[in-house]
Amino acid sequence: MLTPHSESDAAYVIRTAAAEGKTLALRGGGTRAGFGNAVEPAQSVSSRGLSGIVDYEPAEMVMTVKAGTPVAEIEAALTANRQMMAFEPMDHRGIMGTSGEPTIGGVFAANVSGPRRFVAGAARDSLLGICFINGQGEAIRAGGRVMKNVTGLDLVKLLAGSQGTLGFLTEVTFRVLPVPQTVETIAISGLDDAAAAKAMAAAMALPVEVSGAAHLPQTVKSRFIGGALPEGEATVLRLEGLAASVSVRAGKLAAVMEAFGPITRLGPEESLMLWREIRDVHPYADGTLKPLWRVSVGPSVGHQLVAALRLEAGVDAFYDWQGGLIWMRMEADPEAELLRRYIRALGGGHATLLRASDAMRAHAPAFEPLPDAVAALSARVKQKLDPAGIFNPGKMG
Amino acid sequence: MSEAIEFLPPRPAVLSRRAAIIADLADLLPPECLVHEARELVPFETDAFVSYRRLPLAVALPKTTAQVAAVMKYCHRYGVPVVPRGAGTSLSGGAIPQEDAVVLGLSKMSRILEVDYANRTATVQAGVTNLSISEAVGIDGFFYAPDPSSQLACTIGGNIGMNSGGAHCLKYGVTTNNLLGVKMVLVDGSVIELGGKHLDAAGYDLLGLVCGSEGQLGIVTEAVVRLIAKPEGARPVLFGFETSEEAGACVADIIGSGIIPVAIEFMDKPAIEICEAFAQAGYPLDVGALLIVEVEGSDAEMDAMLKNIVEIAGRHGVKTVRESQSATEAALIWKGRKSAFGATGRIADYICMDGTVPLGKLSYVLNRTSEIIDRFGLRVANVFHAGDGNMHPLILFNANDPEDAAKAEEAGNEILKLCVDAGGCLTGEHGVGIEKRDLMRHQYSDADLRQQMAVRSAFDEGWILNPSKVFPLDGRT
Repeated sequence: MLTPHSESDAAYVIRTAAAEGKTLALRGGGTRAGFGNAVEPAQSVSSRGLSGIVDYEPAEMVMTVKAGTPVAEIEAALTANRQMMAFEPMDHRGIMGTSGEPTIGGVFAANVSGPRRFVAGAARDSLLGICFINGQGEAIRAGGRVMKNVTGLDLVKLLAGSQGTLGFLTEVTFRVLPVPQTVETIAISGLDDAAAAKAMAAAMALPVEVSGAAHLPQTVKSRFIGGALPEGEATVLRLEGLAASVSVRAGKLAAVMEAFGPITRLGPEESLMLWREIRDVHPYADGTLKPLWRVSVGPSVGHQLVAALRLEAGVDAFYDWQGGLIWMRMEADPEAELLRRYIRALGGGHATLLRASDAMRAHAPAFEPLPDAVAALSARVKQKLDPAGIFNPGKMG
Repeated sequence: MSEAIEFLPPRPAVLSRRAAIIADLADLLPPECLVHEARELVPFETDAFVSYRRLPLAVALPKTTAQVAAVMKYCHRYGVPVVPRGAGTSLSGGAIPQEDAVVLGLSKMSRILEVDYANRTATVQAGVTNLSISEAVGIDGFFYAPDPSSQLACTIGGNIGMNSGGAHCLKYGVTTNNLLGVKMVLVDGSVIELGGKHLDAAGYDLLGLVCGSEGQLGIVTEAVVRLIAKPEGARPVLFGFETSEEAGACVADIIGSGIIPVAIEFMDKPAIEICEAFAQAGYPLDVGALLIVEVEGSDAEMDAMLKNIVEIAGRHGVKTVRESQSATEAALIWKGRKSAFGATGRIADYICMDGTVPLGKLSYVLNRTSEIIDRFGLRVANVFHAGDGNMHPLILFNANDPEDAAKAEEAGNEILKLCVDAGGCLTGEHGVGIEKRDLMRHQYSDADLRQQMAVRSAFDEGWILNPSKVFPLDGRT
């Protein structure tokens, strides 16, 4: 494991590897090391030696940190100033069965976002600027410290979510937001998946600023907040903001949602726990290697996808992002081809295999295969950042 | 007409084949979709950056993605530069053509293809105007959030090209944060789709790369955009201050206190006077700086937020606080602000800067801007999105006086460098275009620019897409 302690060290290490034609795995805390297709690079480069908050101006809502900084350290600094990362990065340790400390570089390299993503944007939307080392060992800066910036090509977005295949992040600058004063959850009981999709769409059409919309079917429901959710399936809607405003909006939302089913209101403590467990996919943090998919489709078709799959395979699932994000645990085979065929039939989207046995992973591409023209374009882009193809070759397909 | 900014020299091989190229394009397009008479080309010779103009070789106005693809394939084959154009409202010269270029205008592709409330998306052709989306879905309680001041005219295709913002992006983000998918014609005429009604990318975030790429990576013909439920109410409030410093400090304090209004707009005294004379919006004329702070939500929520904001403004010596009492008053307040550029254009020629600076540097940059303008003996009106640090100094000058015009450009360049040196950037929402192209080295190192250009070449190796824009003409690879 190579552990550079400065940007110039990192550049040197990568320049050397490129000259020798040695492939590299780019690593943060290793909690998401199982992402993507299995690859066996010659060496690993870790961001562990690049750690610490470089600049944090709470009044400007911007933070700059070195890429290897633990997420926990960042969250502690933000919490002390009543601020947060609005995109709610999830912790993958539970479902991936990993240990160690998640790093901020890993969060952005994998574009990790949580329940608020569908209204507040993904990790990539909060990311303002980056420093990275490209495949030729050059230090490159892109973006900056300001929210509005259209100066040149947006390499920031390109690197976000590139899973360590385009560059080695050394420093990231991102936007933060105030922590809402309070949070409340409206739970509607007893809806099947299709009815829940309708209810969530109705909620999102109201001017009440719902900031979380998830549906927890019977099979998973008892795994949340210690089994304290009311009887039946739970469709949960989150409201955040000033206390005076949340209570008014909760009343309005509840009044409309009553038409769908019985309503229960959860206060701040239960809400915080519930949405954290949804974020971290608590029901499937089960210590198994049962195939686990993360599927993104149009919100209105999520339930149709699950229903179609159920006719042919053993599937357990729950929904976030108004139904557009499906966490799907397969009983036996990953059924990659079947799943991806249905996704295409339902208007498109993508499925990522996060977890499965090695034997299964060997047969199922972890990331959604791209149409030929997009795949060719992506390969050309990769070639421009990593000409020798040394960063995690094959990880994304 | 100013000539400080160079264009690429026209390709002789293209100019000499002009007649043949027009004849070939005529085979690819219906007659009403091709413009090539000199007189008819004039409306396409510039955009809202009017100091520069070039007559194009021809203008193609296709009606379908297939026609765009056919034109693109042809131009690629013969090495003919292509300059994409939406409504031509670019303030950075992004749509200004050149003598050897075919302008590819998307104005005939102006249909809203689908509105899908269950998924909160609209699928639109690239030539649809920004405002028409919100107008189409407003009756059902939705809107499309990015709202550039030119929203009545500017197109979604152009918005994607420049990653446009607007007054309300403090809360809702800019175009890239509200764009879910595109259909796009690549340089060789092949058609790809990126994104869709689902969130996030399957592979690399090419959608994020395309947004804000100023027409250099391909031609977007359709877009899927995010619709948002309209807030119950919105209330703009005017806060008048003695000085710009007080107003600037108040902005930083509002944000720092954890309140994020939908918009915080700033106007200095010259801007207030110009806009008030034009719109009679009821702006106070006895103050040195004005903030328009808009909050939205239920009455209870707006009351609570406003109470806090008024308190903060009080600590900064606010002189006037005026809440809009009706929808008409609120509309007038915004009319004044959104017509700032047009109203300024009635009293003088101007160039509009677009640098963004960290919030803590607002007052510093405003002061230094005044110094620069004084040194050049010019006048400036400042009107901008203070909540996100996106400044728009309007430098007033006389376009009929070449010396004055040159001074304005020089002062503008100094102001933009100042923004970069203060930790900001050259352009927040108008794009680099030709205007800021030669300042790019002030913000980026050679390696940074080389990397961006390398990525660009993955899309367009022969540099035919909007080739005179964004990257300095020397040192291209």
